[in-house]
Amino acid sequence: MTEPSAQPPTAEGIDEITRSASAELDTLADLEAVDQWRVSYLGRRGALTTVLRGLATLEVEERRTVGALANKAKTTLEEKLEERVRQINEANLMRSASEDRLDVTLPGRPPLSGRLHPTTKIVREICDAFVAMGFGVVEGPEVEWDHYNFEMLNIPKGHPARDMWNTLWVDYEDPKGDSAMLLRTHTSPMQARVMESREPPIRVVVPGKCYRYEATDATHEWHFYQVEGLAVGEGITFADLKGTLYEFARRMFGEDRKIRFRCDYFPFVEPGVDMSIDCFACEGNGDGCRICRDSGWIEIMGAGMIHPKVLEGVGYDPEKYTGFAFGMGPERIAMLKYGIDDIRHFYSNDLRFLRQF
Amino acid sequence: MRLPLSWLKQYVDVDLPAQDLAHRLTMAGIEVGEIEVIGGWKEVFVGQVTDVRPHPNADRLRLCVVTTGAEEMEVVCGAPNVAAGQKICFAKVGANIYNTHTQRQETLEAATIRGVESQGMICSAVELGLGDDHSGIIELPDDAPTGTLLDDYLGDTVLDLELTPNRLDCLSVLGVAHEVAALTGKKVREPEVSYEESGTPIADQIKISVADPDLCRRYTASLLRGVSIGPSPQWLQDRLTSAGLRPINNVVDVTNFVMLEYNQPLHSFDLDLIKDATVIVRRAKPGEKLITLDGEERKLSADNLVIADANDPIGLGGVMGGANSEISVATVNVLLESATFDGPNNRETAQSMELRTEATLRFEKGLRPELAPIALRRATQLIQEVAGGTIAPGIVDVVSGEGIDAPVVPLTSAKIKRMLGMAVGMKQVKETLDGLGFTWEAAGRDELKVTVPYWRNDVNIEEDLVEEVVRTIGYDSVPTTMLSSPIPFQQPVAIMGLRDQVKDLLAAAGIQEVINYPLVTLQQLEQVESLDRASLPLRVANPMSSDREYLRPTLRASLLANLESNQGHGAGPFRMFEAGRTFWPREGDLPEERETVAGVLAGLRHEPSWLEDESLVDFFDAKGVVEWLLARLGVASTYEPADDPAFHPGRCAHIKFGDALLGIVGEVHPAVMARLGLEQPQVAAFELYLDPVLAALPRSQRQFEPLPVFPSATRDLALTMPADVPAGRVSQLIMRHRGVDRAELFDIYTGDNLAKGTKSLAFHVYFQARDRTLTNEEVNKSVDGLLRSLERELNVTLRNA
Ligand SMILES: [Zn+2]
Repeated sequence: MTEPSAQPPTAEGIDEITRSASAELDTLADLEAVDQWRVSYLGRRGALTTVLRGLATLEVEERRTVGALANKAKTTLEEKLEERVRQINEANLMRSASEDRLDVTLPGRPPLSGRLHPTTKIVREICDAFVAMGFGVVEGPEVEWDHYNFEMLNIPKGHPARDMWNTLWVDYEDPKGDSAMLLRTHTSPMQARVMESREPPIRVVVPGKCYRYEATDATHEWHFYQVEGLAVGEGITFADLKGTLYEFARRMFGEDRKIRFRCDYFPFVEPGVDMSIDCFACEGNGDGCRICRDSGWIEIMGAGMIHPKVLEGVGYDPEKYTGFAFGMGPERIAMLKYGIDDIRHFYSNDLRFLRQF
Repeated sequence: MRLPLSWLKQYVDVDLPAQDLAHRLTMAGIEVGEIEVIGGWKEVFVGQVTDVRPHPNADRLRLCVVTTGAEEMEVVCGAPNVAAGQKICFAKVGANIYNTHTQRQETLEAATIRGVESQGMICSAVELGLGDDHSGIIELPDDAPTGTLLDDYLGDTVLDLELTPNRLDCLSVLGVAHEVAALTGKKVREPEVSYEESGTPIADQIKISVADPDLCRRYTASLLRGVSIGPSPQWLQDRLTSAGLRPINNVVDVTNFVMLEYNQPLHSFDLDLIKDATVIVRRAKPGEKLITLDGEERKLSADNLVIADANDPIGLGGVMGGANSEISVATVNVLLESATFDGPNNRETAQSMELRTEATLRFEKGLRPELAPIALRRATQLIQEVAGGTIAPGIVDVVSGEGIDAPVVPLTSAKIKRMLGMAVGMKQVKETLDGLGFTWEAAGRDELKVTVPYWRNDVNIEEDLVEEVVRTIGYDSVPTTMLSSPIPFQQPVAIMGLRDQVKDLLAAAGIQEVINYPLVTLQQLEQVESLDRASLPLRVANPMSSDREYLRPTLRASLLANLESNQGHGAGPFRMFEAGRTFWPREGDLPEERETVAGVLAGLRHEPSWLEDESLVDFFDAKGVVEWLLARLGVASTYEPADDPAFHPGRCAHIKFGDALLGIVGEVHPAVMARLGLEQPQVAAFELYLDPVLAALPRSQRQFEPLPVFPSATRDLALTMPADVPAGRVSQLIMRHRGVDRAELFDIYTGDNLAKGTKSLAFHVYFQARDRTLTNEEVNKSVDGLLRSLERELNVTLRNA
């Protein structure tokens, strides 16, 4: 420590103070010591402050030179102080961080997780594929009239094809006595409902729940979803049906998919077909494949050109308009995609099943 | 429909392997489910037993000498029915047969049985996989050709056809033969029918009339006298058995055989049991009864068509014959019927009497009237062949005014192009139609008038013909194009968009989606206090089981059941939601289907972890979800204490938007939890009704609000008030005060330092002006005003230090 002195300041003295102060500062490692250093050199009674105060005793010429040196020395020390403080702070952070360790192999804090039902996901995926081709998405009532579920689809009362849909009837007395209420057996009633409410061109898909009076087993549920599709307009052909469903199959099951149609029967289409894709599990080889049961092909939906009676029924002129319709079971598609072996998993709502998707 | 290939080959040459044939048929719409191979034996021959001697060392065994023509072998046999001269199935050493001792398919080896070497085996049905009968060996007919491989003699392949309801024709062997011929380019050989007639013409022996021609388009009959009823010859019995029918007697068997052959169901009456030799086809009279061949007494009505004699019904037309005119061993004279009954009426009668027979399976689909006399003559010929007798000259043929003309359907090349999107040459079209048995007449260069063959009932319009063409030439030949018409404008359905958004948000909030059956029981609804006895929910008239009977008016019951069924798998968290419809009966209309979303939360609040406490879900978890969800949708919801018997009385709130009820949130009533066996300290639940939520959504697109330029000022206010003042009202009042930007409740206090019956709420209140920084004085003034109105309106005061 240098006591305040009455001696007049000199350039050498200032140099000396600067040198020794800098050297001292470099040895200091904590902020408290640094603060003491600041007081002893730059404080009100500090060495350099005292020098500055002594300038008054000098001649004007000398005062100017020495004064400039003293101010420069002050600035230098202040900068060094700042740098030292920064260094000490950083060293402190490095040290404390290196001491503050976690066992990073411990498990993290789990967020709550919720998922959509696999049916919701697959229905959306199916609908999205068609939306990309200009289809809209609509829904219809789950409780339907016989009229829409059957009659408008060219399945009049007493038609043997009614055996294809075992029906759950609703206990309801029609005041007019002519219409029976039921749980819809397919989403196809929306074909008629959509056509009745709009003019062509029409392109829609209809997802929704359907119900059948059927015993359940690994591949049958009495309660299930369907996605129906419908395109009506001028000049729509079976070739368009093929193209649309081919595009869908590629999107759902991969670019290299092949499709195959075979003749099938649904009273509301003519010609009626059943579409298969080549098996994505065995690449169509078939041998010993569980997914396609050795055939190399997997049936995924029914389709066809809308029957002229259905068009007439909604007041469309079958000589002007043609169209196609198709329908598929999303659970079946989910089962194929995810390798689920039993459809009964879908609606038993076991969280251990649902959390897998 | 079981189709033995051996039978099919009687009418059409098949040179494809069964697998390939099955594939061709399947692709053309005649789906082959399974291919059953009968036989596949190796080293098994038709043999003849030439000598039977006792076994020297065993009483129950015999030594038989068997010849296959080329070889003679000695065989030990234990069957009681073995006899010299019999034709039998002989397995030589090396044959692959079923070993009844090891119960496996094995290769037969030479064996020494009680000291005598046996060089083969005379087989029972079991060893050949032909049945379960092990009581004796199979005795083959005497004309079985000795030395022939048994595979060639008894072997067969049966295709199991899974037919769609339109292809009635393929319920018959000839129908399939026509299909096979078309697909493989072969010709069908229809049976040749000719017989000699003698005696009095049929018309002079019996009076037949059709009183209700709307239900019977054509009625044909023939008459045989002097037949002898007995078992059918083996070939006939074998045919019926192979198709799954049981042989009865020669006359009945012929009618069944011809039905399988041609599709036309026939019925035979004992002529002498028909009163006054009169047959009337008519609607039954009220009160009439008939005992059908199955022994059941049927009460008849005018909805049922009967075949009657002068007095009474003797058969239920096209469904089943009557016991009073049944063919029996005593029958000598037979009236044979082949008719075309009305499909829908036939189906209705069969359904109402729960009496679906091979006949109704065919009649209900609408047989063609041209078929009736063809099948009649074929059956008449065969009856005479197998049961003898003389055939009366002529047939009865009553045709209704509707006529029996074959449908003629036009087909133009333009139509084909318009339907398929490709042209098919007229030459190819004609060839295809020829192959399928259609006949046609050219009507101009690009149009045909096509006559449908008598065995097809499913081709009536031009589109049907287009299908005939495309399914025969194959769908692969049709090009693959994309829709070229303009894309229609699609207006998204608002309620669906909202539902999907809600589902996404709830999943993002850590809640698992479930999907339940919408059918529940009254008891389930009662348990969750959602049953209104005065207006019951819609009921299914024919429920599959008693637990799936009523259309749910609430999602609560099934969601809580999901919780119950999952609670065994750990401590939670259990967080589930369902977005589905509830059903509300309406007078004279379909029920209203309301889109509803409900959720249940129970168990641990956080995923179990060493980091988290084990706090449990409560009311505020459910409310937090609802508040967050509605805020995300842009709906400013408010909450009012509510009473709902399913919820804890003091922990339940209505979710509102203005006066509209959006839903309910609360903790499930402990009594409801006990009823359902929910082993949770508390279960929080919510329901949202999406229609009112949709109505509450902001009308316009959310607009950007400029960020505040000037800083806000904060004051913390600790307020004291009577304990029953709802916090919601206090914060509402604060928020509405002028200059207040927002307020956050950060503490609730009741206890020692407060007067009894009071509580304290503490808020951070933020003051903000758009156009300037508020001065201290301005903020203080605002606070003073706020405090005054709090005191005035709610008796809320500043908690003094
Ligand atoms: Zn495969």
